Amino acid sequence: MDLKKIKILVVDDFATMRKVIRNLLKQSGFENVTEAEDGVVALNILKTTKVDFVISDWNMPNMTGIELLRSVRADAELSKTPFLMVTAESLKENVVEAVKAGVSDYIVKPFTHEVLGEKIDKIMKNVN
Amino acid sequence: MDVKFINPFLEGTVEVLTKMAFVNPKPGKPYLKKNNLAKGDVSGIIGITGTIRGSLALSFSTGSILKIVSNMLGEEITLINGDIRDAVGEITNMVSGAARKRIEAMGYSLSASIPTVVSGKEHSIMHVMGGPSVVIPFEMEGGSFVVDVCMGDPQ
Repeated sequence: MDLKKIKILVVDDFATMRKVIRNLLKQSGFENVTEAEDGVVALNILKTTKVDFVISDWNMPNMTGIELLRSVRADAELSKTPFLMVTAESLKENVVEAVKAGVSDYIVKPFTHEVLGEKIDKIMKNVN
Repeated sequence: MDVKFINPFLEGTVEVLTKMAFVNPKPGKPYLKKNNLAKGDVSGIIGITGTIRGSLALSFSTGSILKIVSNMLGEEITLINGDIRDAVGEITNMVSGAARKRIEAMGYSLSASIPTVVSGKEHSIMHVMGGPSVVIPFEMEGGSFVVDVCMGDPQ
């Protein structure tokens, strides 16, 4: 599978931030991107569409990023989906919680498209 | 306000805008501001609490913020709209996070509120601690902006 063609789901309650991440992904060569505004919408998309990779914000209404991660890992069909968590700050307790919940990796805002691309490449190599 | 808190905000601003908006803002000489008047056309403000209380405002000229957000979104934006206001909130949030990370490395514990965004000519910025505030002016392609910060004494 061509790594750059993977389908990426970007989950963030801010439409602007979803556009920013989409723009950074484009610069790293990833153009097959879909979006969700919270964990509930994201979970529906994941259950009905084939998604290869999830990039999710932490703080969101309805269902937070960590709740979405736990739901994904608890679902037999989705449990292996690569999951990159985006956080506004590198709070140790957040990182520990995400690792315990089975996050593939995390990335702290602000980040460059190079760092984002490297994280995706690394996670996908481990999956394959 | 202790001058050692100026650099974390300066460096945090440069880090966020360089990484997310691919611009190269050049800081000028910081100065004291005694009134509430914003220096720019659109401002994001965020409260900071913890062992030091205070607030941070980023106030952008129209030219600078149109360039920044156009770069961030990968599409040209020509007027101050909802995308701009949302982006200013996100930038303020990220600068606050990047600055707090640096201040926490000095041994303080901080958290931040949710940013608010105000736009319009000659709007005001109300700092949590009242003022005066320290203003760090920046010049970049497209225009100027300022970081306007007012931090109290550590508790």
